[in-house]
Amino acid sequence: MASLTPSQVLNDRASRGSLSRVLLLAARLRAWLFLLLLLVLFEVWAQVSYGASFMFSSYNAQSIAVFAVAPLLLALGETFVIIAGGIDLSVGFIMGLSAVISAQGANIAGSYMPAFPAMLAGIAAGLLVSLIPGAVNGWLISKLKVPPFIGTLGMFGVARGVAFLLAAGTTVPVTNSDFAYLGNGRVLGFPLVVVITVLFLLLMSYILGQTRFGQHTYAVGASEQAAVRAGINVGRHTRKLYLLSALCAGLGGVLYTARFTAGAAQAGEPLLLDSIAAVVIGGASLFGGSGTILGTVAGSLVIAVIQYGLVFIDVEPFWQFVAVGVVIIISVLVDQTQRKLGGDR
Amino acid sequence: MSAVPSHALQPILDVRGVHKRFGGVEALKGVSLSLHPGEVVALAGDNGAGKSTLTKMISGVYPADDGEISLDGKVVRFATPEAAREAGIETIYQDLALADNLSIGANIFLGREPMRRALGVLPVLDRAKMASAAKDTMARLDFHVDRLDAPVGRFSGGQRQAVAIGRAIYWDARVILMDEPTAALGVPEQRKVLSLIQSLKAQGRGVIFISHNLQDIFAVADRIVVLRRGSLAGERRIGQTTHDEVVKLMIGG
Ligand SMILES: Nc1ncnc2c1ncn2[C@@H]1O[C@H](COP(=O)(O)OP(=O)(O)O)[C@@H](O)[C@H]1O
Ligand SMILES: [Mg+2]
Repeated sequence: MASLTPSQVLNDRASRGSLSRVLLLAARLRAWLFLLLLLVLFEVWAQVSYGASFMFSSYNAQSIAVFAVAPLLLALGETFVIIAGGIDLSVGFIMGLSAVISAQGANIAGSYMPAFPAMLAGIAAGLLVSLIPGAVNGWLISKLKVPPFIGTLGMFGVARGVAFLLAAGTTVPVTNSDFAYLGNGRVLGFPLVVVITVLFLLLMSYILGQTRFGQHTYAVGASEQAAVRAGINVGRHTRKLYLLSALCAGLGGVLYTARFTAGAAQAGEPLLLDSIAAVVIGGASLFGGSGTILGTVAGSLVIAVIQYGLVFIDVEPFWQFVAVGVVIIISVLVDQTQRKLGGDR
Repeated sequence: MSAVPSHALQPILDVRGVHKRFGGVEALKGVSLSLHPGEVVALAGDNGAGKSTLTKMISGVYPADDGEISLDGKVVRFATPEAAREAGIETIYQDLALADNLSIGANIFLGREPMRRALGVLPVLDRAKMASAAKDTMARLDFHVDRLDAPVGRFSGGQRQAVAIGRAIYWDARVILMDEPTAALGVPEQRKVLSLIQSLKAQGRGVIFISHNLQDIFAVADRIVVLRRGSLAGERRIGQTTHDEVVKLMIGG
């Protein structure tokens, strides 16, 4: 039997000239290129103005890393949600809620038990309580079909109110030496919070890149219809995503309390936009379907370097908003161009 | 390609007198249809004749109100599309619903991803297996893939329809339901899909092919089943009928 068409090679339409390949590669690595550019700029500035190094100073490097911890933790969960085509606006105040609960939990437990188990009790309380708004987000979005933007905006308000109510409008100091060590101690010379965050981000990278859960997250973001037809339970997957996002925010809150030895409802208030910006700068599309943990790490570092670097070179701190804003806009423009060129994540 | 397998005596799929009612609409009023291995049956009829409803009952989307469906001579009742797929019935749709950001292999395995153990302990996606399965499967459809990691969104409509068909083949579907698989495609791409249907036939699978295009139907089908307002209007072997006769069956005389 003759075929109606000759055999053919599946060629992707984007395999054009080498220039467009290079451009696509650059677009994909844009967060790392931004980071490199920023480091070079600050390095030159530091050498010229102070005769000192910016990036080869372990003090600066560690400060940036510690600085990047909280926004990165929020951004890790947000990466999953955004890849799946959603958004979680409540992470900042889930972080605040977790910070307050873990401080209060450790304090209450501290009157019944030694410091170490009391710290663990506080951490467990903070993480578990943060799962509640996460579960509600997932339920609103998957069962009641509330758009993610609206559902999590509502939860932003609820978590904010509850966190301030619990903290009675002030910060909650922690009197637990182990908790303080968790936030300010070192292992092998590295800040403990940075080590914990690196381990956690490796776990998240594994989940997104190497498991079915990660694979289904990409599929849901690309085409919910395709995911449903492949037998993926999209509702259940969505609920897991918002739980994961809340858990990341909860961990951010716990580490905040550890670092400042106090829980504060406003702990994550300025971090929501930074975390979404980190994900977008890292190469994820707000339309869903693309993004990586490695990109988000680069995006978080870009923001941390901008913020720390501008302080370092003694520029008015308000310039950081301008700089981060410009980087976000450039990233989105690159993303759009990349789509037109037919590039992938 | 090898010789077309002769039609076994027992049909793989046998639909007997199925009824389906949606509120006041009687979408199917007792329709019967059989499908043999290596056979392509075209399902034709005007809009609203009940073609899609019939395929959805076969693929487990809707239960039948009355009548029965048997697979290999055994009566089956699928509660979900997954159950039908487990039994070897796959559906190809016109809207090319694939995860555009994932590779061919990842789409073939979507929802059933193979895992391996990295360093003997850590379970990770077996991308090598997905890629090699993609290569082999697409080769069986006479497509030779040069970049196995490219997302399917970069391929043309016909190539993506080939990926959807490849998915059905990999999971060894014996009954493939195609609901207007060429409707979203340009003419050259439509021809590719028709040649894919011929490959499926040569592999001994049964295909039910819904199309509005009589030329396509006459090019690939062995038999044509015409529905009209939920009832069987007629059934003909392709060699023994004409376009005119089929059109008359469709619109009624
Ligand atoms: N889910 C549904 N709910 C109500 N009516 C439906 C549904 N699906 C199909 N119908 C009706 O059943 C009839 C047959 O539809 P369909 O099977 O889609 O026809 P075809 O695919 O031949 O164009 C039509 O009158 C249609 O309006
Ligand atoms: Mg139809």
